[in-house]
Amino acid sequence: MLYIKCPYCGLRAQKEFSYGGDATVKRPNINEEVSSEDWDNFVYMRKSPRGKHIELWQHIAGCRQWIKVQRDTATHEIFQTAKVTEEIR
Amino acid sequence: MSQPFRLNKEGLINRKKKISFTFNGKKLFGYEGDTIASALIANGIHLVGRSFKYHRPRGFFGAGVEEPNAKLQVEFNGHSEPNVNATEMELVEGLSATSQNCWPSVNFDIGAINNFLKMFFPAGFYYKTFMWPKSFWYKIYEPFIRKAAGLGVASIEKDKERYEHKFEYCDLLVTGSGPSGLASAYAAAKNGAKVILAEDKPRFGGTLLTDDVSIDNLSGKDWAEKIITELKSMPNVTVKNRSQVFGYYDHNMLVMFERVSDHLEKKSKFTPRQRLWYIRAKETILSTGSIERPIVFGNNDTPGIFLSAAAKEYMKVYGVLVGKKPLIFTNNDSAYETALEFKKNNVEPIILDTRKEHSSELIDEAKSKGIDIRFSHGVIVANGYKKVKSAKIGKLNKDKNSFEKIETVDCDCICVSGFWTPSVHLASQSGNKLKYEEKIDAFIPDKKKQHETSVGAANGLFTLEESLKHGFENGSNLSAKITETKTEISIPNVNEKKYGAHDKFWCMPLPKNENPKRFVDFQNDVSVSDIEIALREGYRSIEHVKRYTTLGMATDQGRTSNLNGLQLVSNIENKIVPEVGHTTFRPPFTPITIGTIVGREVGMEYMPTRKTPMHEWHEKNNAVFVDAGAWKRPRYYKQGSETLFEASKREAKNVRENVGICDVTTLGKIDIKGPDAAEFLNRVYTNAWMKLPVGKARYGLMLREDGIVMDDGTTTRISENHYHMTTTTAQAANVLSHLEYYLQIVWPELNVNVVSTTEQWAGAAIAGPKSRDMLSKLYPELDVSNDALPFMGYKEAEFFGVPSRIFRISFSGELAYEINVKSDHGMFMWEKMMEVGKEFGNQPYGTEALSTLRIEMGHVAGPELDGRTIPSDVSLNGLVSKKKDFIGKNSLGREAFNVESRQKIVGLIPIDRKSSIPEGSHIVQDQNAKLPNPKLGHVSSSCWSVENNNPFSLAIMKDGKNMIGKKFFAVSPLKNKSIEVEVISSHYVDPEGKRVRS
Ligand SMILES: [Zn+2]
Repeated sequence: MLYIKCPYCGLRAQKEFSYGGDATVKRPNINEEVSSEDWDNFVYMRKSPRGKHIELWQHIAGCRQWIKVQRDTATHEIFQTAKVTEEIR
Repeated sequence: MSQPFRLNKEGLINRKKKISFTFNGKKLFGYEGDTIASALIANGIHLVGRSFKYHRPRGFFGAGVEEPNAKLQVEFNGHSEPNVNATEMELVEGLSATSQNCWPSVNFDIGAINNFLKMFFPAGFYYKTFMWPKSFWYKIYEPFIRKAAGLGVASIEKDKERYEHKFEYCDLLVTGSGPSGLASAYAAAKNGAKVILAEDKPRFGGTLLTDDVSIDNLSGKDWAEKIITELKSMPNVTVKNRSQVFGYYDHNMLVMFERVSDHLEKKSKFTPRQRLWYIRAKETILSTGSIERPIVFGNNDTPGIFLSAAAKEYMKVYGVLVGKKPLIFTNNDSAYETALEFKKNNVEPIILDTRKEHSSELIDEAKSKGIDIRFSHGVIVANGYKKVKSAKIGKLNKDKNSFEKIETVDCDCICVSGFWTPSVHLASQSGNKLKYEEKIDAFIPDKKKQHETSVGAANGLFTLEESLKHGFENGSNLSAKITETKTEISIPNVNEKKYGAHDKFWCMPLPKNENPKRFVDFQNDVSVSDIEIALREGYRSIEHVKRYTTLGMATDQGRTSNLNGLQLVSNIENKIVPEVGHTTFRPPFTPITIGTIVGREVGMEYMPTRKTPMHEWHEKNNAVFVDAGAWKRPRYYKQGSETLFEASKREAKNVRENVGICDVTTLGKIDIKGPDAAEFLNRVYTNAWMKLPVGKARYGLMLREDGIVMDDGTTTRISENHYHMTTTTAQAANVLSHLEYYLQIVWPELNVNVVSTTEQWAGAAIAGPKSRDMLSKLYPELDVSNDALPFMGYKEAEFFGVPSRIFRISFSGELAYEINVKSDHGMFMWEKMMEVGKEFGNQPYGTEALSTLRIEMGHVAGPELDGRTIPSDVSLNGLVSKKKDFIGKNSLGREAFNVESRQKIVGLIPIDRKSSIPEGSHIVQDQNAKLPNPKLGHVSSSCWSVENNNPFSLAIMKDGKNMIGKKFFAVSPLKNKSIEVEVISSHYVDPEGKRVRS
């Protein structure tokens, strides 16, 4: 079970969180024209890297904040966590 | 009752307390502190089981967790448990143990015929034999294998014991209380670290209990006791015996299995049997020690053959002799300690040492005591079927591949030592890749993957001096980093015997024309010839050899067999061991009970139960409940001997004719506040929200970004910047997360807050033509006329002195209202409604009637919004705005969503107007068509229409809008039904929706 550092609450067990997918995907702006290709890329296309991955988790059984987690998909090592308003370098 | 093999004085058992038990029906006794194994050996009993494949007689081989053979069916404290390790299970009064895998008895086992048919059971036998013909598998092969292969018998009784889970956090977890573990824990504790020290056995000290050593002029045992006593007195230290750390998981989480009360004769009602600890450790010290390796020889599985360290442990810990005429067979010095221990107890051993004559401290001591030592010797084959009687021994030639001399010597036990294997299981589980250490011919941990440090013998350090030093240093350094305190500890003086070098010799050759079985893996009956066959047949990867032969795949995880197997493969293949590699270790290190894994999460405790404030009333009024997620909802209120069908029909009919009330507390409720709330709703829902006035509700539909319907519900504008959203019961949590996602990540510029208020409000729906009359009685002061409170209207008013919210919304399709009061007033509201509603024929209705009402109205719910439908599929495209953007809008333009033959919701009625159509039925053109019969759609919801008094179903059907009036078959192979149906509109009752507006 992973041990995830919520930027608001500190280190908490994985069972308090739910996974939210790739954090680098950006939704096309509302009320703006978007090509089918860009839209499909946003909805469906995801990289599935072996190694570092920046992803979203929500602290559902805690502060309910969505957070960013940089995790190694092969080893589960977590390098960094951040608020969604912060950048992961 | 004498115990012929019990020594008079030796041992750590409590001779003042006798414990009686039975073995295969025979009454025996042992002492407090015995294991089942030590008590049986004291009674001269060695034959305890039959082997897995060949049903060969088997006895004890080890004295602890390494035991491959002695797995018993044990009954104690009122339960029966299979595969109990006799070398670990402590004796308790009244325990009854029986042998497994034998019939009719362990002494006469019919399955032993396999042993004489062994040419039919080589490696890969199952793969080769049971391949063909395929149809034989289920009827013949599989039942046969199951019957023959079963070891113990699992109990089918309900487990009455209590099991617990515990979550713990510490600076340093130390796994094993041998010398290096004690040293690490002590040093860390002195630095102020929060330490947990876990010991698998009942007694602390590990090898200090059996080795002839001294530390600071104390015997090993006394020193261990001194350290443990001090550790126990420290507030920052938790010391646990009977606790096996069996799994190393991600982010330094280790799981430990504690046997809390299996050894107790009496315990209080709330004492758990076993406890599972989830331990998050900042650092882990793996002081798991090492396990002795056997040397492979002929019939080496005969009862009476032991690991030499186990024989010593039986003498020193339990005061038990494993035999009185021992043969010691070794390639190293450690077995000499066993020989000396025999000698001390006036038993004359013979030592067979595979090494050439040489000298070391231990060899010299044995010589000086007059022990018969034969160098360049080894056991070729053990004689005796159910117990060792003698052994054929041989003098090895220079190359150790043939014999210069062969003779037979009498013996009643053989104690074998093939050097030591570090226990690297936990290190391997942590992700450590392990490396081969030539010096000890075994794998030790390599580079750390997590915060784990292997110390002492687990890291290949086999002298006490090295072990202690390693333990003290690592315990101190690792903890100092955490506590930032370093207490100097002087490393104690150690007195131990120096060992000479071991012999790299693992398997005895056989003389010509002799072919006894030489077992590598006892528990899975894998012999040298099986491994030879696997290699001959072309298996090269050690992982493949493992699976083909099943080497190391038994519950003992190959603790005594893995390395001998590797040595054998490397010899035959002419490779060095590291090239062969090792197989992966996986948790659990030892078998653990299912009960411990489950813990308290059984029955009612399996998940939380959510009850509405009106639950007690429902219970008192014969509600039959149904689970809706964690909620309990009344499905129907049973009157007399009514069935579900009769009751739900009565309740639904009463709503259509009079008025009914339904507990709708479980609906998800979300409070939405903020100046941008309207804009937010406008983006979340498919329909327009900018112009909803205060005091009005609106039905809304929300999509996922892929255009699929996510949820529906009504949202009401309570005040300028305050909205009350409802969701379906099932989607409440998902919708909240969904809203939070968009507010926190996608549109943080929107000034909106959302919070769940599901638990804060109790809700009741009043539905039926007489609901307005009833409402006016509930709110005598309020104007509830159609003009004052129209469809989708909202009012706040006092409900008999209690603040309440009135929504004119309808799920049943009837004139209906929903009243919300604070949860604490829920019961008050409900009882008042029942009282006031009497004169209007009010009856409560459950979810079954609720479903009937919505289905015949063609209102969609979960079965239609199943994660595969878009708005137009369920006739909700009227709610999709063409003017504005919203979540998922761009996906609705996808080609597949817009083809003419797109699926669509329809209604179905059976041609005979009688047969109910099972939900999940497939709609087909021809009920007799050859399989696979093309599926045109499926039945999503079914009911008995109370309005039309015949069955009615909703279905999602391909090209649905062009199917109205056509006839098909609804086929349910599960229920073995095929019903001819006609497709009609999904709105079966009141298609214009007049009633809700009336
Ligand atoms: Zn948090």
